[in-house]
Amino acid sequence: MKIIANEIDVIISSALDNLDLIQTLTDCITSFMCFDEDSAHWIGMSVREAVTNAVQHGNKLDLSKKVDICFEVSPDQLSISVKDQGNGFRVEELPNPLDRANLLKPSGRGIFYIRTFMDEVEFRSLSQGGMEVHMVKRIPSN
Amino acid sequence: MKIEARTIGDVTVLDCSGKITLGEGTMTVRNTVRDILKANGKKIILNLADVNYIDSSGIGELVSTYTTVTSNSGQLKLLNLTKKIQELLAITKLLTVFQVFENEQAALASFR
Repeated sequence: MKIIANEIDVIISSALDNLDLIQTLTDCITSFMCFDEDSAHWIGMSVREAVTNAVQHGNKLDLSKKVDICFEVSPDQLSISVKDQGNGFRVEELPNPLDRANLLKPSGRGIFYIRTFMDEVEFRSLSQGGMEVHMVKRIPSN
Repeated sequence: MKIEARTIGDVTVLDCSGKITLGEGTMTVRNTVRDILKANGKKIILNLADVNYIDSSGIGELVSTYTTVTSNSGQLKLLNLTKKIQELLAITKLLTVFQVFENEQAALASFR
Protein backbone atom coordinates (compact mmCIF):
# COMPACT_ATOMS: atom_id res chain seq x y z
CA MET A 1 0.00 0.00 0.00
CA LYS A 2 1.33 3.42 -0.91
CA ILE A 3 0.98 5.96 1.88
CA ILE A 4 0.24 9.51 0.87
CA ALA A 5 1.15 12.33 3.25
CA ASN A 6 -1.82 13.02 5.46
CA GLU A 7 -2.67 14.90 8.63
CA ILE A 8 -5.15 13.86 11.29
CA ASP A 9 -5.94 16.43 13.95
CA VAL A 10 -7.99 15.56 17.03
CA ILE A 11 -8.93 17.91 19.86
CA ILE A 12 -10.13 16.42 23.14
CA SER A 13 -11.23 17.80 26.47
CA SER A 14 -9.00 17.04 29.45
CA ALA A 15 -10.69 13.84 30.63
CA LEU A 16 -8.83 10.61 31.32
CA ASP A 17 -11.69 8.74 29.61
CA ASN A 18 -10.37 10.08 26.31
CA LEU A 19 -7.07 8.21 26.65
CA ASP A 20 -8.49 4.94 25.32
CA LEU A 21 -9.98 6.78 22.34
CA ILE A 22 -6.61 8.29 21.41
CA GLN A 23 -4.91 4.94 21.98
CA THR A 24 -7.37 3.25 19.60
CA LEU A 25 -6.88 5.95 16.97
CA THR A 26 -3.08 5.61 17.28
CA ASP A 27 -3.34 1.83 16.89
CA CYS A 28 -5.41 2.31 13.72
CA ILE A 29 -2.85 4.71 12.25
CA THR A 30 0.17 2.52 13.04
CA SER A 31 -1.65 -0.51 11.62
CA PHE A 32 -2.46 1.45 8.45
CA MET A 33 1.22 2.42 8.19
CA CYS A 34 2.27 -1.23 8.62
CA PHE A 35 4.52 -0.69 11.64
CA ASP A 36 5.60 -4.00 13.17
CA GLU A 37 3.71 -5.12 16.27
CA ASP A 38 6.34 -4.03 18.80
CA SER A 39 6.86 -0.59 17.24
CA ALA A 40 3.09 -0.07 17.06
CA HIS A 41 2.76 -0.97 20.74
CA TRP A 42 5.50 1.44 21.83
CA ILE A 43 4.18 4.27 19.62
CA GLY A 44 0.73 3.75 21.15
CA MET A 45 2.20 3.84 24.63
CA SER A 46 4.27 6.96 23.89
CA VAL A 47 1.23 8.82 22.58
CA ARG A 48 -0.79 7.68 25.59
CA GLU A 49 1.95 8.92 27.96
CA ALA A 50 2.16 12.30 26.21
CA VAL A 51 -1.62 12.76 26.26
CA THR A 52 -1.81 11.60 29.90
CA ASN A 53 0.78 14.25 30.83
CA ALA A 54 -1.10 16.91 28.88
CA VAL A 55 -4.46 16.04 30.46
CA GLN A 56 -3.27 15.39 33.99
CA HIS A 57 -0.23 17.57 34.59
CA GLY A 58 -0.62 20.23 31.86
CA ASN A 59 -4.34 20.95 31.90
CA LYS A 60 -4.82 19.54 35.42
CA LEU A 61 -7.99 17.68 34.37
CA ASP A 62 -9.75 20.99 33.67
CA LEU A 63 -12.46 19.95 31.20
CA SER A 64 -12.60 23.44 29.70
CA LYS A 65 -8.99 23.07 28.55
CA LYS A 66 -8.20 21.14 25.40
CA VAL A 67 -5.46 18.82 24.23
CA ASP A 68 -4.65 18.95 20.52
CA ILE A 69 -3.20 15.77 19.07
CA CYS A 70 -1.97 15.95 15.49
CA PHE A 71 -0.73 12.90 13.57
CA GLU A 72 1.26 13.56 10.40
CA VAL A 73 1.44 10.43 8.29
CA SER A 74 4.10 10.34 5.61
CA PRO A 75 5.64 7.50 3.60
CA ASP A 76 8.71 7.20 5.80
CA GLN A 77 7.59 8.30 9.26
CA LEU A 78 4.82 9.13 11.70
CA SER A 79 5.05 12.49 13.49
CA ILE A 80 2.81 13.21 16.43
CA SER A 81 2.37 16.50 18.23
CA VAL A 82 0.52 16.81 21.54
CA LYS A 83 -0.28 20.33 22.73
CA ASP A 84 -1.85 21.32 26.04
CA GLN A 85 -3.03 24.61 27.56
CA GLY A 86 -1.22 24.32 30.87
CA ASN A 87 1.62 26.27 32.44
CA GLY A 88 4.39 24.27 30.79
CA PHE A 89 7.46 22.81 32.45
CA ARG A 90 11.22 22.77 32.02
CA VAL A 91 12.10 19.35 30.71
CA GLU A 92 15.71 19.66 31.89
CA GLU A 93 14.45 19.96 35.47
CA LEU A 94 12.63 16.63 35.45
CA PRO A 95 14.21 14.12 37.84
CA ASN A 96 16.04 11.19 36.24
CA PRO A 97 13.98 8.05 37.04
CA LEU A 98 17.14 5.93 36.84
CA ASP A 99 18.84 7.72 39.74
CA ARG A 100 18.97 5.44 42.75
CA ALA A 101 17.10 8.03 44.83
CA ASN A 102 14.20 8.00 42.33
CA LEU A 103 13.89 4.27 41.65
CA LEU A 104 11.08 3.77 44.15
CA LYS A 105 9.12 6.87 43.21
CA PRO A 106 5.66 6.02 41.89
CA SER A 107 5.78 8.56 39.05
CA GLY A 108 8.22 10.26 36.70
CA ARG A 109 8.79 7.54 34.08
CA GLY A 110 6.40 8.58 31.28
CA ILE A 111 8.73 10.98 29.45
CA PHE A 112 11.63 8.58 29.90
CA TYR A 113 9.60 5.87 28.12
CA ILE A 114 8.64 8.28 25.31
CA ARG A 115 12.30 9.15 24.77
CA THR A 116 13.25 5.49 24.80
CA PHE A 117 10.70 4.30 22.25
CA MET A 118 10.47 7.19 19.78
CA ASP A 119 13.22 8.21 17.33
CA GLU A 120 12.91 11.95 17.95
CA VAL A 121 11.30 13.79 20.85
CA GLU A 122 11.17 17.56 21.36
CA PHE A 123 9.48 19.69 23.99
CA ARG A 124 8.46 23.23 23.09
CA SER A 125 6.85 26.00 25.11
CA LEU A 126 4.02 27.50 23.09
CA SER A 127 3.85 31.28 22.67
CA GLN A 128 0.14 31.28 23.58
CA GLY A 129 0.91 29.25 26.73
CA GLY A 130 1.04 25.52 27.15
CA MET A 131 3.47 22.87 26.05
CA GLU A 132 3.97 20.83 22.92
CA VAL A 133 5.55 17.42 22.76
CA HIS A 134 6.61 16.55 19.23
CA MET A 135 7.71 13.00 18.51
CA VAL A 136 8.68 11.04 15.43
CA LYS A 137 8.87 7.32 14.65
CA ARG A 138 10.49 6.38 11.37
CA ILE A 139 9.46 3.34 9.37
CA PRO A 140 12.53 1.09 9.09
CA SER A 141 13.72 0.83 5.49
CA ASN A 142 13.92 -2.74 4.17
CA MET B 1 -8.85 -4.69 34.80
CA LYS B 2 -9.70 -7.74 36.87
CA ILE B 3 -7.98 -9.40 39.83
CA GLU B 4 -8.79 -12.85 41.18
CA ALA B 5 -7.24 -13.79 44.51
CA ARG B 6 -6.15 -17.30 45.48
CA THR B 7 -4.76 -18.31 48.85
CA ILE B 8 -2.08 -20.98 49.01
CA GLY B 9 -1.03 -21.50 52.62
CA ASP B 10 -0.17 -18.03 53.89
CA VAL B 11 0.52 -16.68 50.42
CA THR B 12 -2.03 -14.69 48.39
CA VAL B 13 -1.68 -15.04 44.64
CA LEU B 14 -3.36 -12.26 42.68
CA ASP B 15 -4.14 -13.27 39.11
CA CYS B 16 -4.33 -9.96 37.24
CA SER B 17 -5.82 -9.59 33.79
CA GLY B 18 -6.55 -6.73 31.42
CA LYS B 19 -4.98 -3.29 31.52
CA ILE B 20 -3.12 -1.63 34.37
CA THR B 21 -3.35 2.00 33.36
CA LEU B 22 -3.98 5.32 35.08
CA GLY B 23 -7.37 5.33 36.78
CA GLU B 24 -9.41 2.21 37.29
CA GLY B 25 -6.58 -0.27 36.68
CA THR B 26 -4.14 1.27 39.13
CA MET B 27 -6.89 1.75 41.75
CA THR B 28 -7.91 -1.91 41.49
CA VAL B 29 -4.36 -3.06 42.28
CA ARG B 30 -4.01 -0.55 45.12
CA ASN B 31 -7.33 -1.40 46.76
CA THR B 32 -6.86 -5.16 46.47
CA VAL B 33 -3.42 -5.08 48.05
CA ARG B 34 -4.62 -2.66 50.75
CA ASP B 35 -7.40 -5.12 51.67
CA ILE B 36 -4.92 -8.01 51.92
CA LEU B 37 -2.65 -5.98 54.20
CA LYS B 38 -5.66 -5.02 56.34
CA ALA B 39 -6.46 -8.72 56.73
CA ASN B 40 -2.85 -9.19 57.88
CA GLY B 41 -1.69 -10.87 54.66
CA LYS B 42 2.06 -10.42 54.35
CA LYS B 43 3.06 -12.61 51.41
CA ILE B 44 1.73 -11.54 48.04
CA ILE B 45 2.41 -12.72 44.49
CA LEU B 46 1.21 -10.59 41.57
CA ASN B 47 0.65 -12.87 38.60
CA LEU B 48 0.84 -10.60 35.55
CA ALA B 49 0.56 -13.27 32.83
CA ASP B 50 -2.74 -11.95 31.50
CA VAL B 51 -1.98 -8.24 31.76
CA ASN B 52 -2.12 -7.22 28.13
CA TYR B 53 -1.30 -3.55 28.60
CA ILE B 54 0.46 -1.40 31.16
CA ASP B 55 1.47 2.27 31.09
CA SER B 56 3.91 4.26 33.21
CA SER B 57 1.22 4.79 35.83
CA GLY B 58 0.75 1.02 36.00
CA ILE B 59 4.50 0.54 36.44
CA GLY B 60 4.38 3.25 39.12
CA GLU B 61 1.55 1.38 40.82
CA LEU B 62 3.67 -1.79 40.97
CA VAL B 63 6.44 0.26 42.61
CA SER B 64 4.00 1.88 44.99
CA THR B 65 2.50 -1.49 45.89
CA TYR B 66 5.97 -2.87 46.52
CA THR B 67 6.86 -0.02 48.91
CA THR B 68 3.49 -0.27 50.69
CA VAL B 69 3.84 -4.02 51.21
CA THR B 70 7.46 -3.88 52.37
CA SER B 71 6.75 -0.98 54.73
CA ASN B 72 4.06 -3.22 56.29
CA SER B 73 6.69 -5.93 56.87
CA GLY B 74 5.33 -7.93 53.94
CA GLN B 75 6.85 -9.32 50.76
CA LEU B 76 5.67 -8.80 47.18
CA LYS B 77 6.89 -10.91 44.27
CA LEU B 78 6.07 -10.69 40.59
CA LEU B 79 5.15 -13.74 38.53
CA ASN B 80 4.91 -14.33 34.76
CA LEU B 81 5.93 -10.96 33.38
CA THR B 82 4.95 -10.42 29.78
CA LYS B 83 7.78 -9.48 27.42
CA LYS B 84 6.62 -5.87 27.35
CA ILE B 85 6.30 -5.50 31.14
CA GLN B 86 9.75 -7.09 31.49
CA GLU B 87 11.16 -4.53 29.05
CA LEU B 88 9.52 -1.58 30.83
CA LEU B 89 10.90 -2.77 34.19
CA ALA B 90 14.35 -3.48 32.75
CA ILE B 91 14.92 -0.09 31.12
CA THR B 92 13.91 1.72 34.30
CA LYS B 93 16.19 -0.52 36.41
CA LEU B 94 13.21 -1.89 38.32
CA LEU B 95 14.22 -5.50 37.74
CA THR B 96 16.86 -4.74 40.38
CA VAL B 97 14.05 -3.92 42.82
CA PHE B 98 11.51 -6.69 42.30
CA GLN B 99 11.90 -10.40 42.79
CA VAL B 100 10.57 -11.90 39.57
CA PHE B 101 9.59 -15.52 38.85
CA GLU B 102 8.50 -17.41 35.74
CA ASN B 103 7.07 -20.31 37.70
CA GLU B 104 4.47 -20.21 40.47
CA GLN B 105 6.00 -23.06 42.46
CA ALA B 106 9.35 -21.26 42.55
CA ALA B 107 7.62 -18.04 43.60
CA LEU B 108 5.79 -19.86 46.42
CA ALA B 109 8.97 -21.65 47.52
CA SER B 110 10.83 -18.32 47.74
CA PHE B 111 8.75 -17.35 50.79
CA ARG B 112 9.90 -20.37 52.79
